[in-house]
Amino acid sequence: MSLRKKLLGTSVVTLSALAAFLIITVVILVMGTIIVGGKDAFTWEFLTSAPREGMTEGGIFPAIVGTALLVVIMSIVGVPIGTITAVYLSEYASSRSILARSIRFAVNTLAGVPAIVFGLFGLGFFVQFVGSGMDKVLTDSTDLRWAQPNILWASLTMALLTLPVVIVSVEEAIKTVPAELRAASLALGATKWQTIVKIVIPNSITGILTGAILAVSRGAGEVAPILFTGAAYFLPHLPGSLSDQFMELGYHVYIMSTQSTNVDATRGIQYATTLVLLLLTFLLNFSAIFLRSRLRARQIT
Amino acid sequence: MVADPQQVLPGTPLPHSTAQVGHSFTSASRSADIRPDPLTVGEMKRMRGADLKKRFRWDEFLSEIIITVVAFVSLAAIVGIFVFVFREAMPIFLVPSIDATVAAPPEAQETYGNEQIGDAARRVSGSDRSRTAEGSGSEGESTLANFLGTTWAPVSMDPRYGIIPLVVGSIKVTLLAVCIAGPVAILAALFTSSFAPRWSKEILKPAIEILAGFPSVVIGFFALVVLATLLQDLFGYKFRLNAFLGGVAMSLAVIPIIFTVAEDALAAVPKFMTEASLALGATKWQTALFVKLPAATPGVFAALLLGFGRAFGETMIVLMATGNAAMLSFNMLEPVRTMSATIGAEMAEVVFGDTHYNVLFMLGAILFLFTFVLNAVAEVFIRQRLLKRFRGG
Repeated sequence: MSLRKKLLGTSVVTLSALAAFLIITVVILVMGTIIVGGKDAFTWEFLTSAPREGMTEGGIFPAIVGTALLVVIMSIVGVPIGTITAVYLSEYASSRSILARSIRFAVNTLAGVPAIVFGLFGLGFFVQFVGSGMDKVLTDSTDLRWAQPNILWASLTMALLTLPVVIVSVEEAIKTVPAELRAASLALGATKWQTIVKIVIPNSITGILTGAILAVSRGAGEVAPILFTGAAYFLPHLPGSLSDQFMELGYHVYIMSTQSTNVDATRGIQYATTLVLLLLTFLLNFSAIFLRSRLRARQIT
Repeated sequence: MVADPQQVLPGTPLPHSTAQVGHSFTSASRSADIRPDPLTVGEMKRMRGADLKKRFRWDEFLSEIIITVVAFVSLAAIVGIFVFVFREAMPIFLVPSIDATVAAPPEAQETYGNEQIGDAARRVSGSDRSRTAEGSGSEGESTLANFLGTTWAPVSMDPRYGIIPLVVGSIKVTLLAVCIAGPVAILAALFTSSFAPRWSKEILKPAIEILAGFPSVVIGFFALVVLATLLQDLFGYKFRLNAFLGGVAMSLAVIPIIFTVAEDALAAVPKFMTEASLALGATKWQTALFVKLPAATPGVFAALLLGFGRAFGETMIVLMATGNAAMLSFNMLEPVRTMSATIGAEMAEVVFGDTHYNVLFMLGAILFLFTFVLNAVAEVFIRQRLLKRFRGG
């Protein structure tokens, strides 16, 4: 082998190793700076108190509550729909039917639609269309109740955004349920629906849980869809009904670091809020990865 | 079938009654093999009718209907996004002239931006003023022509909705992001699939998962607070927030998707190809570079397309890191405003039904169509080619 070839070989290996190293370094760098910057302000009091002094002091309790409410409502809506879609795709639809194929295509497309477009859809459909429709039917007065951004519309928008995550995860889990189990159930005289409820769903509960966790992690981290479907800059009260606006962690990071009156003075709060958000998604993602690895282990045995 | 009495040894007791056995002994020896008791046949027939024929069940029927209907939510969502985003965008094609009288207060111009824009913001508002002065006589102009103009100044006395600077801005940031993320992610994928020892895979894979899990607002924050200062100190350019910073930050968001898809494609290269190459005496890197990578090219291309789509639609990172000044320039080191960031920054402040509102929806519709086409191409066309290639089609 000539020297030039050897040189090429060494450089290919070195470059690719460097690229891998670079990615790891960047991940550590991002996490490191945020942990170092946020650890001082990251206290119990910070997590449990409301912002004070025009958001230059105090904590992020309302944002944490708002984020929790958002992901809970989102999951209540999104996880059942996602699970049922996955059941349809894997149990009912034949993989060649046009319906199944178009639903699959829709799920793939949905996964690629930019988050901000979901936000526009939430505004155009939920707020402007459904909301004003509800106002016309439910209330006599002309003041807006549902035809404005609120936590319900934000959660529904987010549920649509995270739908593909749930579907993919549940479908993967349903595939690991052995065909013998299904056949045994059917042979004992159980109907298709009974088999699904008693055999398929209980055996893919890990996958449903993984999907839900991944969806929550995604939903907690996305800001673009809620920019104009419900998130608020600052609220003195916690949201009391579905038609209230809410504060949210990611949105809080965004406005605190770009639009607050004194960006530099609140650096500590910004870092700590980012740290909370990062820890939240980190924990969620790792529990999902853990669950999924258990699922894959079952698939192999 | 009921057990034929003739095949049972005389001494063995049948599970039924002994009287039946005695009876069949005499008659069955002469007649056909299967001559069951007439009563049993009738029972069997009745049993068959009850159990083996598919009976109509309401619960089965309803559950199937409901499941099918719910499964259509995804399809309805895609159609709904299409319909409702375009519905709000439509008026710009219908209204003949722009509504110059509805102009929002001019101080709203840069409230969403960053304090750090400094010169750029001043430059933009300066150019606004000069353009407003000279362009006051253009009220009869159609909205569409305005829409395709080169000035984006929606909140001024004579609003201009030219999206060209925004499109150029989006392309600038996206191209840079893919140019950085592409080589890094593909090389890293090549490393994991060909050279990496086991332990390094076990570090890199979780690192990629973590990177994919970073909320984009976290990356945006990191870019705004840490990376901006770092890069400015390093390269000494004029504007702290600019297209270059946005592209670098965006590449962090794009690396995981390119890596994952490219690694899948590389791992899907059949073993007989790599083993044939190794058996012919090629080294590991030669196999990786001249066998694996070419075989996985469609997949790698799909990875780049998907990365491009992701970067084009990403909002929070560009909103926080690019400076948000809508000026038409091809200089990477100047502040830039992308389509997605424009929607994110301005939608909260527009009047519903206003031309500005419609134009923002039009931007969203363009984003949607663009990513839709990119994904469809990556998904359908390339995956099929990839499969064909591996199956030898």
